[in-house]
Amino acid sequence: MALDSISFSIPSGEVVGFLGPNGAGKSTTMKILTGYIPASSGDASICGLDLAERSLEVRKLVGYLPEHNPLYLDMYISEYLLFAAGIAGVKNTKKALELVIELTQLGPERNKKIGQLSKGYRQRVGLAQALIHDPKVLILDEPTSGLDPNQVVEIRNVIKNLGSEKTVLLSTHIMQEVEAMCNRVILINKGKIIADNTLEGLKETAPSDSLETIFRNLTSHVGSI
Amino acid sequence: MWEVFKKEIRSFLGSFIAYIVMGVFLAITGLFMWIIKGNNVLDLGVASLQVMFNIAPYILIFLVSAITMRGLSEERRLGTIEILTTRPVSDLSILMGKYLAAVALIVFTLLPTLFYYYTIQQLADPLQGTDAGATWGSYFGLILLAASYASIGLFASSLTDNQIVSLIISMVLCFFWYGVLSLLGDIKALDAIGKSLEWFSLDFHYQSISRGVLDTRDVIYFFGFIATFLGATKMAFESRKW
Repeated sequence: MALDSISFSIPSGEVVGFLGPNGAGKSTTMKILTGYIPASSGDASICGLDLAERSLEVRKLVGYLPEHNPLYLDMYISEYLLFAAGIAGVKNTKKALELVIELTQLGPERNKKIGQLSKGYRQRVGLAQALIHDPKVLILDEPTSGLDPNQVVEIRNVIKNLGSEKTVLLSTHIMQEVEAMCNRVILINKGKIIADNTLEGLKETAPSDSLETIFRNLTSHVGSI
Repeated sequence: MWEVFKKEIRSFLGSFIAYIVMGVFLAITGLFMWIIKGNNVLDLGVASLQVMFNIAPYILIFLVSAITMRGLSEERRLGTIEILTTRPVSDLSILMGKYLAAVALIVFTLLPTLFYYYTIQQLADPLQGTDAGATWGSYFGLILLAASYASIGLFASSLTDNQIVSLIISMVLCFFWYGVLSLLGDIKALDAIGKSLEWFSLDFHYQSISRGVLDTRDVIYFFGFIATFLGATKMAFESRKW
């Protein structure tokens, strides 16, 4: 069992950082919220729709970027995004394609094969795929892992801009990430929520420490001995 | 479903699998029908496509398995299965899209062989002509047989994220259902048991349809066979939820 009775709710329009050490259960939670795997007990709902009962409706409202950003490397960018729009049930796929290409600034590379792209551009394609049907909720599993500092800043800006109109849940274990993008932090360890607070609130718990130290104190075993 | 179907067809055409499958199928059937000494149409002097219909099931075991081996195993290896299954499409429509794309490619592969039929008609004794019933029956049987292979192949690809393992499982299963089961009927010692096992083989029903008599029992057998394997594929595909 990866998760142990975690419970939280996110009001619309919030950008929430989902933090925790590797293996804490971040990805599992996200897989449940996107309907990839069912929860073995308890229930989850998005926009008031229960995930177990109305899975197909919920999926229309959610954009998902899985961990490691899986992509079809032999497809062209626009070919892939049109396919993504099609399976997401978008009516006007061409228009949706133009919108996300502008949003993720894929313009200069749009006629390339995904396999030829740099990691930063691949990440944008993954993000574009998650945004193509204009979802209300975005679930992003480590959206900036493995990028160089410039790319990290660019992707962060894209996500930050999205945060003004969408509800975003993003996982990371980089604290600067949270400071740069999120209003609120949910910290989990070994499948349990150990902190759920606004960024300011979390800082106030130990004003003299940096966020990294707070994270370490909350999640490491050495600290508690 | 059609989105997945279109994507699969594009990927067949883009990865050259389609051209290789068509080329190999036409080359081998062409060799056996016209060139290899002994059994070819010209040597036998019989105006029928029987040579092709005898050899095609064995070629198709290999080719259909090659078409379907990527099916679900590649999605699993890349991780794109997580994107597909979290979109507003049901698991069944993902599978059907992939399955129908494989069947469409096979039908397309068989189309050029109609040219052989035209040739045979030109060569045939004008008074006797060719046996149209048996030919169209055989084509129908061959499509049903290949569609059954495709359901086996998709099932095999749902079991593993390794394409080669998927290919081998698929070929072994196809050969078992086509060849091994029908051979059991020839073993004298097995007697009635062998005969009833033979009824379950794909070959038995393929031969039956090939005679040009459309028996609903054969058609039901094929559709039941395909539905069973697609059902098993769906179960394996959804095993992530267990």
